[in-house]
Amino acid sequence: MAGSDLATDASSAPDTVKILIAGGFGVGKTTMVGSVSEIVPLRTEEPLTMAGLGVDDLDGIEEKRATTVALDFGRITISRELVLYLFGTPGQQRFWFMWNDLALGALGAVVLVDVRRPESSFAAIDFFERRGIPFVVGVNGFHGEHPYPPEDIREALAVPEHVRVLLCDARDRESCRDVLIALIDQLIGSAVQA
Amino acid sequence: MDVGDAAGRLVRPFALTGGRTRPSRADFTLISTVTAVDPQPVTAARCQPEHSRILRLCAEPLAVAELAARLDLPVSVVVILLCDLLEAGRITVRPPRLVSRTTPDLDLLQKVRDGLGRL
Repeated sequence: MAGSDLATDASSAPDTVKILIAGGFGVGKTTMVGSVSEIVPLRTEEPLTMAGLGVDDLDGIEEKRATTVALDFGRITISRELVLYLFGTPGQQRFWFMWNDLALGALGAVVLVDVRRPESSFAAIDFFERRGIPFVVGVNGFHGEHPYPPEDIREALAVPEHVRVLLCDARDRESCRDVLIALIDQLIGSAVQA
Repeated sequence: MDVGDAAGRLVRPFALTGGRTRPSRADFTLISTVTAVDPQPVTAARCQPEHSRILRLCAEPLAVAELAARLDLPVSVVVILLCDLLEAGRITVRPPRLVSRTTPDLDLLQKVRDGLGRL
């Protein structure tokens, strides 16, 4: 590793891992991060490197968003030795150049789906499938209501059998925790199978 | 917001890095943890206020993303400042736990699961 000549470890520092919370714009990613995080979700704003962005891509974005892209994240301390970070991925597709970096080294992802417009999360599902990054689908009910059973939504999203589809409420801590546990169980399940 | 403000918002943080926009090393990810060797050093030459703030914030191990949020600076700017501090031997950095898709770490996954179960 680069920099092994210098101090690159601190034995008192915890190990860190991350899970991505993905999905279309406005599906409740930051809400979910906030529901399970032990800290109020933090935000960093990254200047957009204009390279790679067509000028047209910036049309129709409010001015503030034309210059920076926000990244919201939270933290769950598992133990003194292990800390889990949750990163809400930028929702708009034009910011997806950031996703590759974010996805690097992630345990896996939760793709949140809004029952009223599931198509807004199709691209997120595509992204993780193509890269072989494990994910579960959390169906976020509007006001916590779930008009469709998970199997209907699985069919609508065309996700394979091994990907779990769960109904959830992004505002509810236990509900979000259960989605995260389902992701870990899916990871453990496929590790045991392998 | 007028055009001047927007441009300032984009460019100004990089004044802290002397105009550098790329880090000199690749040690830092969003969840690498940074710890100050000495959180309250005697002011050293070429140490900017932001460098000192980072050292104070990293008295206890702190992830790069959290550091950026607390400094209200872009991660890309903070990473450049961290490179300075690392090269000066004033911080240590711990890389994130390696996650392998081919040989998953069952012990790690079980620990995460147990921790989530306690929420």
